Amino acid sequence: MPITLKVNGTPRTLDVPADMPLLWALRDELDLKGTKFGCGIARCGACTVHVNGVATRSCNTPLSRVASADITTIEGLSPNGLHAVQQAWEELDVPQCGYCQAGQMMAAASLLAKTPKPTDADIDTALNTNLCRCATYLRIRNAVHRAAEIKAGATPAVGGSTPSKNGSPDNR
Amino acid sequence: MTTPSDTPRVSRRDFLRATAIAGGGMLLVSYAEPLDALGRLGVQDGLPPLADPMLGAFVRITPDGIVTITSKNPEIGQGIKTMLPMLIAEELDVDWANVRVEQADFDPTKYQAQIAGGSTATPTNWLPQRRVGAAARAMLVSAAAAQWNVPAAELETAKGVVYHRASNRSASYGSLASAAAAVTPPDLATVPLKDPKSFTIIGTRKKTVGLRDILTGKPMFGIDVTVPNMHYATFVKSPVFAAKVASANLDAIKAMPGVTHAFVVEGTTNLQGLMPGVAIVGTNWWLVQQARKKLVVQWAAHPTAQQSTASFTAKAAEFFAGPPQRTIRNDGNFDAAIKGAAKVVTGDYSYPFIAHAPLEPQNCTAHVTADKCELWTTSQTPQGGRALVATTLGLKEDQITMHMLRAGGGFGRRLYNDPLVEAAWIAREAKVPVKLLWTREDDMQHDMFRPGGYHTFTGGLDANGTLIAFRNHFATFGEGERFAPSADIGPTEYPARFVPNLKMDVSVMPLGVPTGALRAPRSNALSFAFQGFIDECAVAAGKDPLQFRIDTLKAEIAPATPLTPQQQAGQMDAQRVIGILEKVRDVSGWGKTKLPKGTGMGCAFYYSHRGYFAEVVQVTVSKAGDVKVDKVWAVGDVGSEIINPNHAEQQVQGAAMDGLSQAFGQEITFTAGKVDQTNFNNYPMLRIRQAPPVEVHFVKTNFAPTGIGEPALPPVVPAMINAIYAATGKRVRQIPLTKVDLKWS
Repeated sequence: MPITLKVNGTPRTLDVPADMPLLWALRDELDLKGTKFGCGIARCGACTVHVNGVATRSCNTPLSRVASADITTIEGLSPNGLHAVQQAWEELDVPQCGYCQAGQMMAAASLLAKTPKPTDADIDTALNTNLCRCATYLRIRNAVHRAAEIKAGATPAVGGSTPSKNGSPDNR
Repeated sequence: MTTPSDTPRVSRRDFLRATAIAGGGMLLVSYAEPLDALGRLGVQDGLPPLADPMLGAFVRITPDGIVTITSKNPEIGQGIKTMLPMLIAEELDVDWANVRVEQADFDPTKYQAQIAGGSTATPTNWLPQRRVGAAARAMLVSAAAAQWNVPAAELETAKGVVYHRASNRSASYGSLASAAAAVTPPDLATVPLKDPKSFTIIGTRKKTVGLRDILTGKPMFGIDVTVPNMHYATFVKSPVFAAKVASANLDAIKAMPGVTHAFVVEGTTNLQGLMPGVAIVGTNWWLVQQARKKLVVQWAAHPTAQQSTASFTAKAAEFFAGPPQRTIRNDGNFDAAIKGAAKVVTGDYSYPFIAHAPLEPQNCTAHVTADKCELWTTSQTPQGGRALVATTLGLKEDQITMHMLRAGGGFGRRLYNDPLVEAAWIAREAKVPVKLLWTREDDMQHDMFRPGGYHTFTGGLDANGTLIAFRNHFATFGEGERFAPSADIGPTEYPARFVPNLKMDVSVMPLGVPTGALRAPRSNALSFAFQGFIDECAVAAGKDPLQFRIDTLKAEIAPATPLTPQQQAGQMDAQRVIGILEKVRDVSGWGKTKLPKGTGMGCAFYYSHRGYFAEVVQVTVSKAGDVKVDKVWAVGDVGSEIINPNHAEQQVQGAAMDGLSQAFGQEITFTAGKVDQTNFNNYPMLRIRQAPPVEVHFVKTNFAPTGIGEPALPPVVPAMINAIYAATGKRVRQIPLTKVDLKWS
């Protein structure tokens, strides 16, 4: 039976089983490849999307549960790729391999929507289930703080990566 | 896959001209300088002869001044797609803002070695890639000299412009490119290079090439590949490695929704190749997984069903109770020295098998026709992958085309090409293009695991607390004199060469588990045992553990049995070790801070992959025994230049946390020949809450730059364990820490 999803503001109709996880509908049916498969059991966070603004693991969310919801993926986080978290992630050059970062940014954006000025502890709690196998955690933590500043009106820096403090820029 | 933002905007006419330039000789082939390490990784053998140097390969300059540089190596998150082009751009003398980067396909006739492994990219490309840039620059300068009828020696370049100061003339590279294409390329071996003092790109912080595409979710990883009529495949292998399929309910599986094919793959006995299993192919990967849940396979009996972690541990204990199978180094007279020692220290260390667990599960997309095979892969060793696919499918290597996709982490896992040969085999059998994607459980249970190991140590100190005798008996895996992959040890393992009476003993047991290189292979394990036990010797000597290490390095002992030239060349430089130890003592405040009980600092150093790292870790252990890492200080010596300090710091921080993750919780165990762990719920990896600050420093020395993906990992594990001792008085001799009771009061 066809299911209609609202993805990144656009209704999309799919003829797939209702128990198919949202992740596979996004990736393989709607060709939105930014959301990633990491574990399939909601333990790594690579598949994080927003369902009605809330960070949600798409790998274990069946379509039947989100049929009437607003779904946002990394491709729709902002119209031009300039959401505050994307700007902060760019400024601090957060990724190594980059595979987990869509999930990290979706989780961070969801945190900032509720908690505009998060502490380190807030960030660690919100992002603790988002695994970064390359361990870019220091830059992720700093970038969430920086995204909070950008959301509050700070101008993002452009150009080369942020200069080093004492040979190590990433220790807040 | 080139990313849209990497592609310069040029008109069609300009593009055609640019293409003509590219074919016309502007572009040069790099002459790789293979190191021993490349040979060990198997890429040196069978390198093709150098291609016609007139072939376009690395540099393309369009009239608008945009310089497109090809990055030849696999990008696995180590930043190579930024670093290699920096080397070319530096000597070409262009503005980095005008550089665009394209990922090469696999084509060793153009690019020579294309590999991500062994921290080899920096040492093997440091000169050759710079020479490519310098040669292109020389051609542009020659073209300008001819146009202006002045000697080339009077010309200068800067940021993509050639200047003749005397006549106040200048010309952009874009305007000279067509003429430069007709210039005979200079000899790469003698083309002059910049004085490092005048570098403007090397040594500056450059951001990740393609960063915006990552941040906006553009398809770029292996898993994102889509080709026309693509089907999805899963491949079910025996949980007991290499067991054959006795029977399977294929008819029932074929009847499942979305399934188009289900068949048995006979497979081979190569643990790093095509193993036996059942392939299921369909129109949607998730539907294929639903069918897999209904698959019933009878696996044939297999001898390795007997092996288990318990059986390995029992065998090691049996080895330690008797004489070793062989001795790989025997200096002085250990037995006599230990009898005369004022103090004797002993310790048994062990560490588990671990999995790589890159976040992007193994995958490969394959399209195989009667006479052609096209692969889209994240392999770290595409050359090895092509050879494996060719051999297994009976193809010629030139029938195989490989596209290199960004990998969601490597850590050594993608040095092995089992997913490639599986995808190619399944695609040929199914006669449709196939994307093979492993589940996380497949990835964790069918890794090329970092092997576990067991060590028993004895150290002897004289009355002054000097280490005069040392013995290690290593119980590991292999057969005869052959070690299982990455289960090896050599005769130059520190403290060998610095202790007058020293014995390095080895005993091996057979292994039916696939093993392989994991970030800083062998070093990532040996460091824990050796740098942990040397700490015990320092404590027993009543000396400061960091100073004790420095003291040991001051007297060198010639080996009783001469080393091979290769072993000799691979020896560490004691002065460089002392340099990083002194630096890490300074930056960490080692020995200067009075820490409360429950908090302590530990140190360790290690030399691997031609890089030197000394690290200090501070931990706090709660009375309940929970360990928190407060901070890591890492000091590295990887030569004269840090090419991209931005990514170098990332690699060091990531490597340090990789080691902490191993120490905290990573462990693969075996029962009845099968892996017990399945996914991240029972294979814990470091999370953001556990991530400490990692302060990174470099000591620059007058040596050619070497790689940085690996050498920062090994010292962090023992430094952490030594810090736990300083904090609690409890000596950890077995990791992960989940095995150890660290409660104190």
